[in-house]
Amino acid sequence: MFGYYLDLALRSLKRNKVLTALMVLAIGLGIGASMTMITVLHVMTADPLPDKSVRLFYPQIDPQDMEGYTPGREPMDQFSWIDAMNLLHARKGSHQVATTGGRVTVRPPQGKSRAFFADARYTSSDFFSMFDVPFLYGSGWTADDDDRQARVAVISRTLADKLYGADHAVGQALRLGKDVFRVIGVVDHWDPVPHFYDLTQGSYHKTEDVFLPLETAIALGQGTSGNMNCWGHGGFPDPRNMKNANCVWMQFWVQLDTPTQVQAYREFLVHYSEQQKTLGRFQRPPNTRLHDLMGWLDYNHVVPGSVQLQALLALGFMLVCLVNTVALLLVKFLRRSSELGVRRAMGASKQSIFAQLLTEASLIGIAGGIAGLLLAFGGLWIVRHQPVEYAPYAHLDMAMLGATLVLALCATVLAAMFPAWRACRVQPARVLKIQ
Amino acid sequence: MNLPLQPILASLRHHRLTTALLMLQVALTCAIVCNVAFMIVTRWGEVRIDSGIDETSLSMLESQGVKADATPWIHHAEDLTALRGIPGVTAAVAVDTLPLGGSESSTGACASSEAMEAAIKANSIDGQSACAEFATLAGSPGELAALGLKLIAGRDFLPDDYKTGDISAAIISRELAERLYPGAQALGKSLYNGSDTPVRIVGIVDTLLRPYLRDAGINQFTMLWPQLPNDNSVTYLLRSAPRDSERVLKAAVAVLNKVNPQRIIPAKRVRTYTQMRDSYFQRDTTMIGLLLASALGLFFVTALGIAGLANFWVQQRTRQIGIRRAIGATRGDILRYFQTENFLIVSGGTVLGMLLASALNLLLMTHYELPRLPLYYLPIGALILWGLGQLAVLGPALRAAAVPPVVATRSV
Repeated sequence: MFGYYLDLALRSLKRNKVLTALMVLAIGLGIGASMTMITVLHVMTADPLPDKSVRLFYPQIDPQDMEGYTPGREPMDQFSWIDAMNLLHARKGSHQVATTGGRVTVRPPQGKSRAFFADARYTSSDFFSMFDVPFLYGSGWTADDDDRQARVAVISRTLADKLYGADHAVGQALRLGKDVFRVIGVVDHWDPVPHFYDLTQGSYHKTEDVFLPLETAIALGQGTSGNMNCWGHGGFPDPRNMKNANCVWMQFWVQLDTPTQVQAYREFLVHYSEQQKTLGRFQRPPNTRLHDLMGWLDYNHVVPGSVQLQALLALGFMLVCLVNTVALLLVKFLRRSSELGVRRAMGASKQSIFAQLLTEASLIGIAGGIAGLLLAFGGLWIVRHQPVEYAPYAHLDMAMLGATLVLALCATVLAAMFPAWRACRVQPARVLKIQ
Repeated sequence: MNLPLQPILASLRHHRLTTALLMLQVALTCAIVCNVAFMIVTRWGEVRIDSGIDETSLSMLESQGVKADATPWIHHAEDLTALRGIPGVTAAVAVDTLPLGGSESSTGACASSEAMEAAIKANSIDGQSACAEFATLAGSPGELAALGLKLIAGRDFLPDDYKTGDISAAIISRELAERLYPGAQALGKSLYNGSDTPVRIVGIVDTLLRPYLRDAGINQFTMLWPQLPNDNSVTYLLRSAPRDSERVLKAAVAVLNKVNPQRIIPAKRVRTYTQMRDSYFQRDTTMIGLLLASALGLFFVTALGIAGLANFWVQQRTRQIGIRRAIGATRGDILRYFQTENFLIVSGGTVLGMLLASALNLLLMTHYELPRLPLYYLPIGALILWGLGQLAVLGPALRAAAVPPVVATRSV
């Protein structure tokens, strides 16, 4: 039976090629525009560490003085050195990491190219195990290296290739400005999207090329980068004395494996704030937060408003295309009243007419889906060539590819429901008489 | 013109479902396009904003010393001398930032010391009418001329004004002068910024844009500071004829590396002012392109829908058209019939569309901080859709008009 419907559908579609093409084009445009934007949105709202994100948490505390204090306001979203170190050494989580961004001057080995800047990350030792950073060669450093201010470095595969060839990098000397470090590990391609562990650098920042032990980098005065917020009347601090400054400029992450641990950590943060207040360091009443990874991304609005707006626009476009399809299908089906009347008179049930018309619509939907897919590929290609930070990640994966076709098919069949229902209500006697 | 509306309305009533769907499509298109057009115009206004400087003659490059330097300014001065020697360079100055340069230092100051004290007491200069927050742009002597700024009162900085510590003279923009001293002459007045010595206003320039744009009212709140750039990293601004800029930039990189190779000149930061401005507005221009494409796409789909339906109706009514022609209707009558029919459908659609457009705007305003849609966008949108409808229906209508009366005698 389905084969027969298919044959009828193909005949009908061929009879009016222009109209068929119009419908396919309309659906294709709608699907293409929507899928382009949905894919971008899908990439931007992705979970950077799907296996672990529910166990990673970002705490917040409120270390500011009473100036400009309003109860109920969100606390600051970074940490001062003292607080980061206190939380780090309290070791209340399974793992914890204090980290900050930096920029280093890489001086290539003798005889190679000129010096250049590279983005760096200064971090305590748990960073690599906590965020599942894949190593190509070597490994990260230990907590002991942190404390000893060891001059060791982990570099990206790209930088290793550029400087020494990735195979020979471990054990080499890395010259950063006036200081020399020993390379102990090479990170394989690792580019979590969004750049969740430090959103102050831009949510879709690329992974840094150089990783240094936090204590070492700060002690040597390697340049930090990122956002810094200060309070009090000190103004911006002397870069050599960042450790005592009334400024927040560090990120802190903690891994908590069980709900009990999470609850305990919440209590710990309040307790810590109270203790610091007793000591006179904090002035405000405890104001703490503990977001899990996805909650932290949401709190920081990592998806730009403009992208949401574009997605909304694409859906509006899709809606217009669908209304267009409904109208065209309606006239197309009603036009065939006489043909359908003959089939009804010869014994076809309403259901079979309905099924026949939906078969026809499905064909249009599939064709529209393929057209939409091509347009989405084109659209994403254009997005990738835009100088926006999320551009390189705009790719259609298999899931989205399937989703496109299913969406096109469902949308068209749904759009065809009403016209098909109208068309199969035709009274055989009446249309036969007119003919 | 004797064109009774009754038969058209009767026919539309007969096809009321299709008519309603087409109207809905027109309405949705009208609603979306009105809002999209408004967004395009708003963004275009931002992209076109006047920086106040002579953009086409300017190009720049950044340099950062690799080694720590105790006296950066001395080395900058050497660099500048070398840069001025490049043929075609008419001016070279060292600056910390530029209008639309992205990185900005800003400060707050008040027109009187009382206002400053009140602001300090309130812990904020927001809400103090005699105070303002503005961007400061520092540069070496000759910056005013190199930028091509228009001085409307007072003078340029004198050599004595330039210092590396506390500054006592400043040139401010006309907009900032009007904000701080409404209705009064700002020239010669003093600005209080909380430090011991107030800053005297020695000149006023017509317009000077901030390095980083904020809200519409305060984008021109700027001050030129006679402060010598004394940082390891510096931007050199070069003035030359627009056609020379590429060559001058290449020569500048070579010259600087010859003076002192112990530096980094990031390739991305060697560019003309126009390139920098374009990259500043890159997101906006991309968004404008996207909005424009979607508006055109919507028009296209709607025109296709109208033309497709009209085509169908013409085919369906070929016999009736023949009969009407046979009993005396002219080609013009038939043409006008279809045009009027289309006009009625699109009119219905746009009326609904204008309501939807306002509703959509309200929705967007609450979620995305968009301004209110000015009402005149609605009739303009309606006019465009009328035109589009007439254009789309013209082909099918002409085909209908060409139906010969003899069709009436044939059976379909």
